Amino acid sequence: MKNRPDYVAHACLLLGVVLFALPVWLVFAGSTQDSNAIERGEISLMPHLGGLGIYPDVLLHGSMGSAPVWHMLMVSFGMAMAIAVGKIVISVLSAYAVVFFRFPFRRTAFWVIFITLMLPPEVRIIPTYAVMSQMHLINTFPGMTVPLIASATATLLFRQVFAAVPDELVEAARMDGAGPLRFLWDILLPVSAANIAALFVILFVYGWNQYLWPLLVATTPGLDTIVIGIVKMIGVETQTQWNAVMATAVLALLPPVVVVVAMQRWFIAGLTEGDK
Amino acid sequence: MATLELQGLAKSFDKTAVLHRIDVSLQDGEMLAIVGASGCGKSTLLRLVAGLEQPSAGRILLAGRDIIRLDPAARDIAMVFQNYALYPHMSVFDNMAYGLRIRGLSKAEIGRRVQVAADMLGLDALLARKPRQLSGGQRQRVAMGRAIVREPQLFLFDEPLSNLDAKLRVQMRAEIRRIQRNLGVTSLYVTHDQTEAMTLGDKLLVLNEGRPAQFAAPMEVFARPADTYVAAFIGAPAMNFLPATMGEGGVVATLADGARLVLTDGARPGLAGRKATIGIRPEHLVLAGKGGGDAGGFATTLDLAVELIEPLGSETLVHGMLMLDGTSLTLVARLPGGPPSLTDGRLRLGVPAAELHVFDGETGKRVEVG
Ligand SMILES: Nc1ncnc2c1ncn2[C@@H]1O[C@H](COP(=O)(O)OP(=O)(O)OP(=O)(O)O)[C@@H](O)[C@H]1O
Ligand SMILES: [Mg+2]
Repeated sequence: MKNRPDYVAHACLLLGVVLFALPVWLVFAGSTQDSNAIERGEISLMPHLGGLGIYPDVLLHGSMGSAPVWHMLMVSFGMAMAIAVGKIVISVLSAYAVVFFRFPFRRTAFWVIFITLMLPPEVRIIPTYAVMSQMHLINTFPGMTVPLIASATATLLFRQVFAAVPDELVEAARMDGAGPLRFLWDILLPVSAANIAALFVILFVYGWNQYLWPLLVATTPGLDTIVIGIVKMIGVETQTQWNAVMATAVLALLPPVVVVVAMQRWFIAGLTEGDK
Repeated sequence: MATLELQGLAKSFDKTAVLHRIDVSLQDGEMLAIVGASGCGKSTLLRLVAGLEQPSAGRILLAGRDIIRLDPAARDIAMVFQNYALYPHMSVFDNMAYGLRIRGLSKAEIGRRVQVAADMLGLDALLARKPRQLSGGQRQRVAMGRAIVREPQLFLFDEPLSNLDAKLRVQMRAEIRRIQRNLGVTSLYVTHDQTEAMTLGDKLLVLNEGRPAQFAAPMEVFARPADTYVAAFIGAPAMNFLPATMGEGGVVATLADGARLVLTDGARPGLAGRKATIGIRPEHLVLAGKGGGDAGGFATTLDLAVELIEPLGSETLVHGMLMLDGTSLTLVARLPGGPPSLTDGRLRLGVPAAELHVFDGETGKRVEVG
């Protein structure tokens, strides 16, 4: 092997980076430019530093009568957190029960959980709406999050993770006198921390990107998520403030990016580490 | 400090019986080595005592108290697992302290006990490390430490040394024995290594497919194995077996090639006229003079076709074939000193009458004089 850079590989990788980064850059550059120019298609790749003032503008006041962007970011953040944390709590507990305890209809319970894989929110959206409506949860924060929390995917993942925990570890804890909850808290959760972190990242992004369900269940502007807010800013009849829309889009990107970057170390460990 | 008594202990998983009526009694501070082939139920026996598994029948008395209904944590028993089962996210200190914290001991007492165990095991410098930052031998010590700090009435060891290299195993073997003696804690020690079993145990329990083949002191098991299974299992290389037929009166055994062995230690009238298995340990076979015949006080001499010679330095293992009336039998001899000189690739070995073991040819049970 000659020790020279592999130009073809580098070229491919560079192309990939450009392919992914260019639209994002375009949005950022556009956000600093004049809305009418964008409308005419005269968008430049160079950001106009003078136009950066749009960011504090949308953050504090929104655009086209939408809620201020900071508020929509808060709603989205709250929803994404609630979904990610809720799903993890529920699926850790259900997987814990299925893996470590012998109880009647254990297999049945597992299969019932498994079957919900085939019923994502989009499929059961009308009955779910009916249930939420009967429970008077329309236009509430719980109404936005609870139906998205029940999920089989995370339960299945944790089942695999827990099943890989050596029996001897469980038995050592039993002989040390750890009861079921103590074992869960002191041993099982720390041992699965990398997996939990990886799942948290995925679920946070999943929750952040929710569109259909919040659109349906939350109609008061106070509960608009950032994703919905962007759509609302694009007026149908009136002139759209494209630079404001793009600035909002850039702001909407930031929290998931921060979460991914902050958890990166854990995230990669959780995805690649087979056994611990 | 406690006595341990297992009375008719048995275990079946669904319909398969894994352990059959195990009876054992141990004095305070004694160490019982449990040996047997893989899958014979050694671990299951330990797990019954630990309370990780419920027996199908029988009683377990620890210090005279039946502990069968007690939870594992309530039994005052500590276990060292084969794979150590250390908590991977806890430091060495926390691994040892965890069980004590759950039991609600004071911080000072926990610190004291961990310190004592760490000093005993040379773990002092490692207390802050995580298990993955330790070598196999160090992990093994931590697992021991976790058992020691509990100050239990009974230690259970399930093949604790099987993941270590040969040299470390010998070293840890001696250390375990020393620590167990010093602490005076009654112990069960499972192993499939017969050297470990011989050196560690005050008593030895040999299991054969879930049945207790023999329960006695190690030297007793070695000197008077209860059946051919035990005889083959204890001692390395394994005992040689020669099929024979007992003559009238049970004094003379005739091998298939017609050679006669006179049992000079006494008659086995019970075996008269029946099939017998004669056992002789490799180290008891001796070089016979060139003269041949039954000379020199041997019960008989055997003409071995040598196949392999393994010089071990201070002694030599000779593997060979013995032709007995058409059927061939492998035989191993362990001779002192360097390799012997062969004639025509053959070696004449004498069988000292005093070292013979006589087993029933059908049941394999040992048959004593009288
Ligand atoms: N939970 C269980 N369910 C069914 N059968 C079991 C169970 N545990 C053990 N057995 C069976 O019991 C027998 C004894 O197993 P055990 O683990 O006690 O063997 P062992 O003597 O410790 O073997 P090794 O030296 O390989 O560790 C085996 O045949 C095993 O298949
Ligand atoms: Mg075992």
